[in-house]
Amino acid sequence: MSFDLTPFLEMHHVSKTFGRVRALKDVSLDIRLGEVHALMGENGAGKSTLMKILSRAHAPDEGSEIRIDGVKVAISSPTIARQLGVAIIYQELALAPNLTVAENIYLGRELSKGGLIDRAAMEAGVEDVLQRLGAAFGARDLVAGLSIAERQMVEIARAIHAHSRVLIMDEPTTALSERESERLFALVRQLKQEGLAIVYISHRMKEVYELSDRVSVLRDGGYVGTLERDSITPAAVVRMMVGRDLSSFYKKEHNAHQSRGPIILSVRDISDGKRIRSCFFDLHGGEVLGVAGLVGAGRTELARLIYGADAAVSGSVVLNGREVKIRSPLDALEGGVAYLTEDRKLLGLMLDMSVSDNINLGTIARDAFPCGFLNLGKARRRTNGAIQATGIRTASPDALVGGLSGGNQQKVLLSRLLETKPRVLILDEPTRGVDIGAKSEIYRLIDKLAREGVGVIVISSELPEIVGICDRVLVMREGHIAGELGGGPGADPITQESIMAIATSAAKDAARALNPHPLPDANIGRATP
Amino acid sequence: MKSTDQPMASRWRHKIALGGALRGLGMLPALVLIALLFQLLSSYVGSNGQSWFGGRFLTWNNLSIVAQQASINTVLAAGMTFVILTGGIDLSVGAVLAASAMVALIVSLAPGWGMLGVVAALSAGGVLGLINGGMIAFMRLPPFIVTLGSMTAVRGLARLLGGDKTIFNSNLPFAFIGNGSVFGIPWLMVIAFATVVVSWLILRRTVLGVRIYAVGGNAEASRLAGIKVWSILLFVYGMSGLLAGLGGVMSAAKLYAANGLQLGQSYELDAIAAVILGGTSFVGGIGSIWGTLVGALMIAVLSNGLILIGVSDIWQFIIKGLVIIGAVALDRVRMSASART
Repeated sequence: MSFDLTPFLEMHHVSKTFGRVRALKDVSLDIRLGEVHALMGENGAGKSTLMKILSRAHAPDEGSEIRIDGVKVAISSPTIARQLGVAIIYQELALAPNLTVAENIYLGRELSKGGLIDRAAMEAGVEDVLQRLGAAFGARDLVAGLSIAERQMVEIARAIHAHSRVLIMDEPTTALSERESERLFALVRQLKQEGLAIVYISHRMKEVYELSDRVSVLRDGGYVGTLERDSITPAAVVRMMVGRDLSSFYKKEHNAHQSRGPIILSVRDISDGKRIRSCFFDLHGGEVLGVAGLVGAGRTELARLIYGADAAVSGSVVLNGREVKIRSPLDALEGGVAYLTEDRKLLGLMLDMSVSDNINLGTIARDAFPCGFLNLGKARRRTNGAIQATGIRTASPDALVGGLSGGNQQKVLLSRLLETKPRVLILDEPTRGVDIGAKSEIYRLIDKLAREGVGVIVISSELPEIVGICDRVLVMREGHIAGELGGGPGADPITQESIMAIATSAAKDAARALNPHPLPDANIGRATP
Repeated sequence: MKSTDQPMASRWRHKIALGGALRGLGMLPALVLIALLFQLLSSYVGSNGQSWFGGRFLTWNNLSIVAQQASINTVLAAGMTFVILTGGIDLSVGAVLAASAMVALIVSLAPGWGMLGVVAALSAGGVLGLINGGMIAFMRLPPFIVTLGSMTAVRGLARLLGGDKTIFNSNLPFAFIGNGSVFGIPWLMVIAFATVVVSWLILRRTVLGVRIYAVGGNAEASRLAGIKVWSILLFVYGMSGLLAGLGGVMSAAKLYAANGLQLGQSYELDAIAAVILGGTSFVGGIGSIWGTLVGALMIAVLSNGLILIGVSDIWQFIIKGLVIIGAVALDRVRMSASART
């Protein structure tokens, strides 16, 4: 590795303010040619904002300084960014699918001859780059016919063809299969050898660990630090991102084996006639029961059956020793069962309504005066109490939920459920799209509920989460419960490996087709300390 | 840091409150502006270009006419607001108004029981609305299609009721609704305003109202939150029908007559225009009844003012259409500007 230690791209005291929000505070960073420089941080830490400043999708605040090759530059338009050699490969690819590969690479600077577009020259012009990248497609292929990985390669080809020196990749592997990712990594290494600087933004610790020469971490819009190659460890990176050690991250103060209460929910032989077949399980009060499995194993479908969101064709549900018929979510709520959907924006919240209305939606009828008139005072008290209890950060109880961050939206939705005082709480991917701070607050909340005797079911794709917070785990596979882990002395221990062994055992290939990433890699907040 | 953050946050909150108030007002500034414009123009036209300050628009007499002209549309638009807030639409209100007016007149002819015409018309409207709602809630048919169909079918029903003839009753027992006044305020205005106030109470002060907004904002999420979505849909279409029935009573009382073919033609479009001018979102979940009132007044002001300054019938249509599009476009720009900060 022939490192040129003098920085090629320098950022000094870069800040960016959106209205009242300081998205970036005084960040200084340098990028060298021939290195892969990973940029990490939780959602909202400022990674994307920083990169958008470099590609001039955003203008930085006064006082920010950017130097390229030691010369102070003013990146005042995306075109100038490109001329200065800075190219960004966005998460959402920016290609015109109806055009050919060559046309896309030349987009915005097409070659022409006598006013007519010169396709032949353009096709010849990109041949070289495509070969260098080892592309399996030709210059004349339509982008619409290419896979996501190939489209990404077209974007990279476009950047290289424009003589970019710095390539910024924003979460490049989110849509790639494992094999495609491997190929991308090889390409990244090749480009590095060729002397390009790669800025690699990713959440995936494994990739970062494999690829990077240096890792810089942002937190809350501020620069935390940079780790050199030999000091990069998952624990060190996570500590920098979170600002504290991971050991306090998962909270499990309730002791399931002592405080585990009586069975409060029994699901017997429930099926939906389509996906879910004969599921049996019991849930105790004060227990956190995990439901793991691959994507498509039927975890959400099972939860929706229990909650009455979808119709069961057979089987029964016993609540507190009494068999109940749950035909609608209303029946479930009245029986003390609440369900947190995995898609809070589509299936949970009313984004155009206030925080207060969203929190009170489940309880307004109960609180109301005769004739259905709203008890505004009681609603306000509930809202304030919930905002305090779950730590929702909002400008006011009347602010629209759509304007809150993912974590705060999730807490609003959780509050709505908690206000109904459920005895059984089903949480479907409770920390999806939630930043690391809110994540740990949600874990604390789950722990507290268990201590109060609520039976909590946690459906999650994040194995470290399941391992970290659950007392017992059901593993689903192809629509039925394939195994159970934990739950007392003598039971199989809950580990990521034991879960995956059950989740994948019978139909490994079918599972792979359903989910290209069967083995979740160590991720932010997923890394076990 | 902290010390500068604090006042900034409160100033921000202030801004939000101000923005909220402005949005609540909706088109009110535009309404005032248009009214002033007509005041000036009517003077200019009336005096053959001699004076700008003798307008006839802003006189009590004329404003009272405008308000009465707006009243029936306000009542229809109030019903329409309920429906559009759930993300639906009710194209049948004009036809339901005609059918209810026919019912009102037919029943009013019964000697001694004439007042029952009012009750009969309201019930007819409500039932027709519930039928719409039933098809939408239980058969899950799209509101546009259901009410497009019922618009045609109910129009036919209205003609059938009178044997395709105009029905008169020169001795209408509830004629006071259309022509009388109470404490000097015409009954039409009183009814329209009362409708708006009751609608506001329902929308903003009852559980039902919150649920209407919730269903409009996200129907599936509402169902998962334990709301009986079908009952909300049934209510809003029933309400729209009931208020169309009330509109039928008002117009029958005003005219002492009803014709199943002509009455209420394209009233649904004016009602929809009022709701949209009032800032209610077509996708549902956002909007206010006060906005609708302003929207309905705006349409009436335009009609009245354009006549007053002598614009031809043909141009009235063109101008009204353009104003509706322009006003909504303006609103969009304003909203996106406020969303960006």
